[in-house]
This record gives sequence, structure tokens and C-alpha cells, in this order.
Amino acid sequence: MAEVEETIKRIQSQKGVQGIIIVNAEGIPIKSTLDNSSTVQYAGNVHQLLLKARGMVRDIDPQNDLTFLRVRSKKNEIMIAPDKDYFLIVIQNPTE
Amino acid sequence: MSSKRPKSKEAHKIKGKDKKKENNFPTADEGASEPDHPDYIFPLVLTSATQELFGCRADEDLTGENPYKLLKKEDIVQDMKTRASVSDFSPIKQLVLDYPEDELLLVFDRDFTYGQSFYLVLTVEAKENILKPSVQGDDEEQINHEEEDEEMIIPKTPESRPWMSLGSEQEIEEESVTESRPRLRYKISPLLRRCGAPVCFSDRIALDGKEGFVECPSYQDKSFSIREMERHTAIQASGDTKHSSTQTLWKYPRNMWTQYESREFSPEEKEHHLQSENLKNFITSVLTRFEISLQQNHITDVFCDDWTALCEDDGALTGKTETQLKEYQSFMDLHFSKEKTISHIHWHPTISGVIAVAMTERLSLEERIDNSTKLLLNPSYILFWNFTDPINPQLQLECPDDVLCFQFCPSDPNIIAGGCMNGQVVLWDISAHVERLQDTRSGGKNISNKLDKNNVTPVVRYCAVSGIENGHKAPITDIQWLPETFELSKLGIPVENPSRISVQLGTCAPDCCVLFWDLRPPRVVSQSLTDVKQKSEEKPLENPHGVPNTFKHLNLTWKPFIRVSLPKIGSSGEYSPLKFSLRDNTVDCPTGDKPPQNTDREEGCGFAQLRVPSAKQQKPLENISTKLYVGTEDGELVYTDWKIEKDNDSGRLLSSKPIHRLLVHDTLVNTVSRSPFFRDIILTVSSFSFAIWKEGVTSGPILRSACSKMLRTVGHWSLSRPAVFFIGKEDGSIEVWDLLQNSHEPSQSQNISSAAVTCISTSSISSKQHLLAVSDRLGTLHILQIPWTLRRSSNSERQIVKKYFEKEEERLEYFEKRQIQHEKEKKEMEAEQQRKKTEPVMPLKQEEELEAEALKEYEQFLALEKVILKNMGLLTETEDRSDL
Repeated sequence: MAEVEETIKRIQSQKGVQGIIIVNAEGIPIKSTLDNSSTVQYAGNVHQLLLKARGMVRDIDPQNDLTFLRVRSKKNEIMIAPDKDYFLIVIQNPTE
Repeated sequence: MSSKRPKSKEAHKIKGKDKKKENNFPTADEGASEPDHPDYIFPLVLTSATQELFGCRADEDLTGENPYKLLKKEDIVQDMKTRASVSDFSPIKQLVLDYPEDELLLVFDRDFTYGQSFYLVLTVEAKENILKPSVQGDDEEQINHEEEDEEMIIPKTPESRPWMSLGSEQEIEEESVTESRPRLRYKISPLLRRCGAPVCFSDRIALDGKEGFVECPSYQDKSFSIREMERHTAIQASGDTKHSSTQTLWKYPRNMWTQYESREFSPEEKEHHLQSENLKNFITSVLTRFEISLQQNHITDVFCDDWTALCEDDGALTGKTETQLKEYQSFMDLHFSKEKTISHIHWHPTISGVIAVAMTERLSLEERIDNSTKLLLNPSYILFWNFTDPINPQLQLECPDDVLCFQFCPSDPNIIAGGCMNGQVVLWDISAHVERLQDTRSGGKNISNKLDKNNVTPVVRYCAVSGIENGHKAPITDIQWLPETFELSKLGIPVENPSRISVQLGTCAPDCCVLFWDLRPPRVVSQSLTDVKQKSEEKPLENPHGVPNTFKHLNLTWKPFIRVSLPKIGSSGEYSPLKFSLRDNTVDCPTGDKPPQNTDREEGCGFAQLRVPSAKQQKPLENISTKLYVGTEDGELVYTDWKIEKDNDSGRLLSSKPIHRLLVHDTLVNTVSRSPFFRDIILTVSSFSFAIWKEGVTSGPILRSACSKMLRTVGHWSLSRPAVFFIGKEDGSIEVWDLLQNSHEPSQSQNISSAAVTCISTSSISSKQHLLAVSDRLGTLHILQIPWTLRRSSNSERQIVKKYFEKEEERLEYFEKRQIQHEKEKKEMEAEQQRKKTEPVMPLKQEEELEAEALKEYEQFLALEKVILKNMGLLTETEDRSDL
């Protein structure tokens, strides 16, 4: 538990980080630094995007697998790291 | 068989003949019995005598190549007769005699094929056969031999043989048709008498009667029916098709709804997950990736397009070359602008292309007093100009007195508040004429309507004036609406404004106070007294001038609800404000609601229905600064708070003392304006110089201009570029100051008119057209186009200007510090000097002391020397003792 907290603090201490969300494999958020409605929104949408992205990578080359996904938008950047059972979402505003 | 014959012959011959022959014969017989020779061949031996006789000597007359000799029968018979039994031919005597022809063939048989060296051919046929075929054979053999060498075979032409009938003749005979009898001939001739007689010919149709023709129709002869044994047929397979139809049952439509909720974990489950090892491993493994990416983003912005960012800055310099303000239009009214000047300009906030101008008399105070009667007859106006019509103003607002300043209400552009020369605040409501302003702006489609109104500019009378006793006692020089986000309570505390309409405004005048007015009717409690008065007033005054009833409740009874006085700091008296500037605070609502649009609201009823809320209901807002800057007549900039404090001693409401004041300018301050980009930067302009201030920096102005020869009459910030502001001068020229380029002189100066500039205002019609309205003392309004360089700001301009101001601020701080340090140094200097002065009082004492000190030092030195030498081991014990 402490490790998780510590890691979250480390990420949060980086410049421009707006929020961190830990989600399980089904898209249900486990822990988040944002408010509930945003968390649920992010988790659901990111989950779908992740499935699509992973499917695409494996479709092209079955030996390959998705390790990291970065979505850059006008206002911020959303970084997603998938795993077998969980995935972690970090939202950062990089141009501050 | 064949062998028998010769045997019989030989037997025959033996009977009657020679014994020699018998020897010969058996041998010949033996020899002959072995080879097969035909009947017609009789092998015999011929003695040499016989040979000589017949000329058939072996190997001489008859050779291998020519073995044939024809012997005459007579000769043979002769021989036989002469030699009887000795003759070689005696055995075949009979045969010879029987031989039909005259010549017999004798063949030399070299090879002894028939047993003897010669043989006689007994039959004619054989003779023929042998001779001819042999001849032929010889020939052929020879030819064959020859040809064998040549290796060519010539096909043998078939030899014709005599016909051998095999019975075919009979068939032919049977088939051939021959005449079996001679042909019969008949001659028929009619009777003579018929010949030559006239004959009558007639027609007859063939179909008449049955004798006309004989039909031979075809019929199917059964004997010829052919049965089809074989037939070609083509077959094609096709699918089974079946037509079918179906129809859905019509059901009536029914609304259905469903509601979903996203899945969430309960806190226990979350805890469980957070505790799991899996999650820990995952997080630790994923952390590095994130850190790299997060840091990457800060190291460099990958998506920043340097090329476009670069060229934007350059474009500003090398782009359009026009830097001058171009004259766009100018307005001058012939009827009303004679001998008048424009005191204030304000653009219509919503309708583009409409500008309002306040006309005042161009007279000094003394002249005013002299001509006061005349002035009463000539009322002053605020004129509305429209770009489409440069000659006739669109609207006139009647004022009770010269209006020195006015402003459109920010929430409702139909309400205009103005401050007059006599200290009254005037309100107009032009909602009835807005369509006219908009119509003409669009080009005037209704010509018929315009015909009536073209000649006459409608005059709108003011709908409310403040009460004279409670208002200002000096001409109102500045009037400003409070923004619609907050309102002030009785004590000056900003509270939330639920209605989102600007209902309050502030005015200032050189009578040393700033007043705040409220548009809404006063509270019910106090209304009981005034209500009756109002009602009684209302009845007789029922819109005599066609004035709308918007502010009926205020007319002539309007009182300010806050009076802020400006007592001087450190001395008695008060500051006399000329211009003031409020910090433009807009409150951000937490839920992000924007203030509602004002276009559709009916303001006429709105103001009357609004009531001043009770103090308890109001919610104070915290983020609003209640401080304002005031520019005074004496050239000071006063920073004060408008909140009213309750003086505990006397229970009176007193305004607080100003926080600080700065004397910078020499003459009166004619402009105090805030930069539209930076909330805390203020520009103050007075006659000879101007200064830029930052709120909070109390040591001095950030920027202070040099004194100019020409009086500066007015200043105005640019709306689009944070570093640009305009200064109007007395000679009618406009100075454009660009802080990015020069801060000691204007970047541009352009002459607009011959008279002094009285007011400047900017407006942006569109992104491509920014207009600068300049009014001059002669009453002409000039509209100028701001060129592209002054209009378009580069991306980083704001940052640069901000940094510039901060740098200046630091400079001021540094100066202060330097000053402090300077003072400190000065004090130290003085202290030292004082010390020096006190020194020569005790010179002698010091000498004695010096000697004593020197001795002491010497003794100390000796002791030290001893110790060192001792430590080094150089000093022996004896020396040590001796010294002691």
C-alpha cells in the first residue's frame, strides 16, 4: 500500500501532472487523484481506446504487444501504461 | 517324284544302253537324286569329243556367263546315228525325237546344280523360260549387280500377263443391257380428212372436274419410317424458385428508456486491490516509463512548430509598411457643432459603426458666467454618429447641462449615464430608437420611413436626473459603471449581484468626493415616505416629453448611497479627484456559468423591478479589490479604498484614509486609465508628462516620460497591443508610443487636426479594422484606421511587456535599496567623521600606553621564542637555565 502511495507521489511531483488514475483490467477505477465523475469518464474511455490500440498492435504482429500509449491533445497529454491486470493513466499539461 | 522320272528315264536308258553310262548314271543318278531338278531338265555328261563336235566345249564355248547353247535336233539325231550307243545323247534319244522343235537348249552347268556338267532342257516351255528369264535374269542380274553397287532399286514394272478369267465376265454380261431384239418402229398418222379441218380451241381450268388433273399427294409410307436411334439434347439445371411474402405485425410505438451507471468498486474492494502484490509489481514496473515521458515533455515541446512560430515574429516587422493612421472618416455637424467642442467620446458597445459624442461649449468659466443666460437657451446634446451618414447625426440626447463625460451601461447599451457640468448625473434610455440606429447601419432599407426622419434627428430627453442637493457640487469629470458581477452594499463591501445587471455607477468631481449611485429604487422601508411623493409626482408628470419610464423612480430624487471622501494624508484638506479608475474585477463563478446575455432582456421593467436587497441576504465577495486610483487636480495619484468604515467614536460612517499618494505630475491629471491587458498597470497623463504605474508599487512610477514641449491632453491604451498607447496633444497630433521600441520617445507622431485633441477612444470593428476616434477642440470627430503594425500583436508581446514592467519594478526596488544603503553609508561616514573628531583629545596617554604595550609585546615575543626553540630541541638545558 505504501509503495503504491509512494509511487503515486513520485509521479505527482513531476511538473504539470494533473491527475493519476489506477484502473483494473475491466475499466473500473481503483484509485484516483481526480474527482469521481472525471475518473469514471477517463477510465471508461481509456479502456476502450486501450483495447483498440492493443488489438491493432497484435493484429499487425502477434508477437508484439502494447507497452505505452500517449495521447497528445491541445490542452494536455494523457499517458496510459497497460498491463495484464491493471493500467495506469496520467494526465499532464506539458507546456506550463 | 522328280527323282523318279530321271530314274525311269535312266532305267529306260539302262535297258537298251551302254554300261558306262550305267556307271555314270548311278553316279549321276545319285548325284541327281539329291538335287531337286524339274522334269524338263536332263543332266548329262558330254565327252570332249562330243563337246568338240557340237562346239560346246566346257569353259571354252560355254562359260559361266554364257552357259546356253542351242543344239539342232538334226545334229543330235545324226550324232546318235553315227555313234549309236557311244553317243552321249543315246539315253535321251526318244526325248530328243519327241522334242517338237528343232533346237534344244544345252546348258553348261558349271556348278553341277543338277549333278552333271551339262543339262539339256527337254521342253519348249522350259527352254523359253530359261532363256528368256535367264536372259532377263542375266540381264537383271547384271543390272542388279551393277545396281547393287549403286545401291538403288528400280521398281520392277509389272509384266503383263494374259487375262485369266475368274468369272467376272459373266457378272458383267448379266448386268449389261443389250438389246435382245431389234427395235420396233411404229408410224401413226391420223385420218387424212381430219388434216386441215378448222379446229376450235377453248380454255378449261384445270380444277374443273375430276379429270382435269390427277393428284399425287404425298403420304407417309410406313415402310419407310425411320426410327430415331440417337438424338442430341441440351439440358440446363435451374434452381427451384418460390415466391413468398411476409409482413411484420404492426405494433404501436412505445417509449422505452434505460439508465445505466458506471461500475465502481466498493471501498473494500479498492483496498483489496491496492494491497495486492500484483498491483505493486505493476506500478513499480510502469513507473520508469512514466517518468521518462513526463520529463520528456518538459525538456522539449515535441509538437511545437518552430517554423511557424518563427515567422510570426518576423512578419510583424517586414510585413505591411503602412504605419500611419489613415483617416477613415470625420464627422462634423453643422447645426450643433458650431463653437462647440467635444468633451467625451464613447463607442456604442454593441452596434458597430455608431459612436456617441458629447458636445460642450467651448468657453472658459468666466465666459460661461457671462453668457449664462444664452447658454440656457442653447441646450447641449450628445450626438450619435453613424458611419453611413457623415452629415446628419442619428440621434440627439438632450442634456440639462454640458456633459463632460458619459458612458453606456455595459449590460444594457440602451442606458446611458452622463455627468453634467452642474454636478448632476443624467440617465437616458434610447431603447425606442435603437432600431433606427441599427437600420441606418445596415444601409437604410426602408426608404419610405427614412423620408420622415431624414430631416429631423430625433431628440431624446433624459429620463432621470439626480437630485441637486445630494449630488456633486462641482462638474462631474468622470463617471464609470460598476461591472455587472458585483454590487456594493451600503458600506461599500462588494457583494454578489444576482441579477447580473450593472446597477451601480461611480462618479467623481473636483468637490473632493467620489460618489456611488444605485439605479434601483431605494428599499421599501424608506420608500413609504417617498412613495407617496413619487406617486403624487408621477401623476402630473405623465411622460410629458415622451420619456420612457425606466428611471421614473429616480428622477430628481436620486441620491448616491456611498460617498467616499478623500482626506489628505498627513495634512488637512482633501484631494480633488478628476479621474478615477476602478480595478476591473470579474468574478469567476465556481460552476462556470457566464453572465446571461443581455440582448433579450427588457431593461425598462428590469430596473424598476429591481430592489436593493437587504444587507443580510447579500453575500460578500472576497476576491474583489475595493481600491481605486484617483487622479487629482494637483497632479497626484491617490490610491484609496472606497469601503466605508464605521467610526466607533462618533458612530458616523467615514471613509478610510487613502493608502498612499504619489505626486508625480505638475498639473492636473487628465487621464487615469488601466491597461486592458494588465489589470495592475495604470497610465496617468498630465499636461507635460505621463507615467505608468503598477498597482502595489508605491515607490514611484514604473515609467515616467520626459517633459514634452507640447501639452499632452489625453491618453489611451491600445486595445490590441499591450505595449502601445496613444497620447493626444494640444497641437492636434497623436503620438503613438510603443514600449517595445522606444520608451523615451514616441514611435510615431501624426497630426490629425489643427485644434487640440480632447478625447481618444478605440474600437475594433472587426479583426481587420481597428478604429481610433479622435475628437478635437473644434468639435470635429475624426475616425482613423489603425494600421496593421499597431493593430496586430505578436505572440510574445504580452510576455515581453510584462517582463519589461517587472524589470522596471525591480529597478525601483533597487533604487530604494540603494537609497537605503546610501543612507546607511552616509550614517557610517558621519559616524567615522565624528570619531575622527574625538580622537585628538588624548594624544599623550596614548604614547605611554604605546610604550607599555610595545614592552609587553617584546616580552611575549621572547617567551614565544623560547618555547619554540625548546620544542624544536635546539635549546639546551643549560642555556635555558642560564636565561632563567
